[in-house]
Amino acid sequence: MLRFILTRASLIVPTFLGIMLLSFVLIRLVPGDPIEVRMGERGITPERHAQLLHQYGLDRPLWQQFASYVGQVARGDLGVSIITKSPVIKEFAALFPATLELGAAAMLFAILFGLPAGIIAAVRRGSVFDHTLMGVSLTGYSMPIFWWGLLLILLFSVELGLTPVSGRLAAAFFVEPKTGFLLIDSLLSDEKGAFKSAARHLILPTIVLGTIPLAVIARMTRSSMLEVLNEDYIRTARAKGLGTFRVVALHALRNALIPVVTVIGLQVGSLLGGAILTETIFSWPGIGSWLVESINRRDYPVLQGGILLVASLVMLVNLAVDLLYGVLNPRIRR
Amino acid sequence: MSAETLEKPRAEAPPPGPFKEVWLAFAENKGAVAGLVVILIVAFVAIFADILALHSPIEQYRDALLAPPVWQDGGRWSHPLGTDDIGRDILSRLIYGARLSMVIGTIVVTISLAVGTMLGLAAAFLRGVTDIAIMRLMDVMLALPSLLLAIVIVAILGPGLFNAMIAVSIVTLPHFTRLARAAAMSELTREYVASARLAGSGPFRLMFVTVLPNCLAPLIVQATLGFSNAILDAAALGFLGLGAQPPTPEWGTMLAGSLQFVQRAWWVVSLPGIAILVTVLAFNLMGDGLRDALDPKLKR
Repeated sequence: MLRFILTRASLIVPTFLGIMLLSFVLIRLVPGDPIEVRMGERGITPERHAQLLHQYGLDRPLWQQFASYVGQVARGDLGVSIITKSPVIKEFAALFPATLELGAAAMLFAILFGLPAGIIAAVRRGSVFDHTLMGVSLTGYSMPIFWWGLLLILLFSVELGLTPVSGRLAAAFFVEPKTGFLLIDSLLSDEKGAFKSAARHLILPTIVLGTIPLAVIARMTRSSMLEVLNEDYIRTARAKGLGTFRVVALHALRNALIPVVTVIGLQVGSLLGGAILTETIFSWPGIGSWLVESINRRDYPVLQGGILLVASLVMLVNLAVDLLYGVLNPRIRR
Repeated sequence: MSAETLEKPRAEAPPPGPFKEVWLAFAENKGAVAGLVVILIVAFVAIFADILALHSPIEQYRDALLAPPVWQDGGRWSHPLGTDDIGRDILSRLIYGARLSMVIGTIVVTISLAVGTMLGLAAAFLRGVTDIAIMRLMDVMLALPSLLLAIVIVAILGPGLFNAMIAVSIVTLPHFTRLARAAAMSELTREYVASARLAGSGPFRLMFVTVLPNCLAPLIVQATLGFSNAILDAAALGFLGLGAQPPTPEWGTMLAGSLQFVQRAWWVVSLPGIAILVTVLAFNLMGDGLRDALDPKLKR
């Protein structure tokens, strides 16, 4: 088992180096060198330019620059934002809980509805429920989520007045950030109604971000369940006289869940991609909107650091899924 | 030995040709056929946009700002689906948008299919360092959320429809490369490839004439699904202001900034999205159907 973990973990090293190389190359592909980018519109004399190039080590050979970049990253130094002048890693740490809260809520929503829906569709294969679910989930999978967000705002916020349009909390409340997760912070604080406000702000973004994972999970659960239900041991369990519920919930579900877990893990990457759109629509102060703003402001250190962090995160989650898969399915531990 | 070779050849009706066989399997799936019909309609609209559209997609009718669709109070037949905030006819913009979406899909899929297949075949044939280099690069690209990678590429190249198409092509590349490599690798172990090699086929003949045709099924399916991805991603970039720029009637671009009309003009917000959804859904339906029809493993 340990060997399995170590082999899998060592496989991500070259990928991680590749990601660093990508984020390193990126900033050099932007028209103009980093000094010009940093100086922006103000302009700079040629002497000062050369001096700064030397000061930042940008006149050294590229491989040396890359080596020192790797060294910097290893020390946790991801550069400083051009606009706010604060360290990129600090900004990321401050905004990440918001994205994590939204992402976790969306995933929970997707699993809570997707898993049972997929199971029921598989058990009642060919029924009206099955056909409806498959149609709805393919529609969800095809959904342009930025438009889906607009539509939900149109319905729930404008027509029905049930949910707020943007942000994480009504302006009337002030909640001291302790964990960064507003649902928890608002419960810890003594502000009355803050929790309710935070929850109401979370509902629409959760649905928007959770729609595609929901569709994927429902489809995957159904097809994986269908496969397992055809196995001999299920027939044996039925032949023993076990009720449908026991057969499905205890015998089939365990094995059917293996590919579903993988799919859930793989959704994390696209969830972060979806967060970019969702956070933009709902002005949600998280990583996604931060990255989009960094592009609009041409804040390249933020973009560079942000890409590195997001990619590392996706990679680690994929590794975790890989390992979990090995735990769930001993056959692949070689 | 496979089960088919053991079966006794049937004396009656000769087996259908390969195209007919695929079509018969495809036609059984009603959703897939519906998808195909919608795609044909969208393609028709795209081709004859100049004839079908009542107005120019960028002409502004100052006397009809935010006019509602015809069935609502104040709606008029000259603008059947209403107008946007600067008086452009929504229906005409949607019609020209169909043309853009089909062009985006076609170009993106052509680029990523061609380049991805080449890379995948190269990796499978050359193995060694080439294989490792190509596949590691694809892993790195897959570690980034595709939309983020596309955004970054657009940030480097500059916003615009053409650059957005390039960005989306690059982002979808890994899927084609992996599929082509996997398919080619499994074909390379077959005996017919070995015999072609013994017969003296050169590497290019082996690659393109012997192996590639047998790898096409998964690539065709992925190409269909690639169409829907391309349209979605390009629309998302347009929505973020990084894709097609106004006044281009791209569906995603039409939605950018429409949030402010949510309270006053639902048609400005909903119609372009419906167009995206219906088109993407059609391609996904057809892709699913094609997969079932082309993939021999799923065949009954």
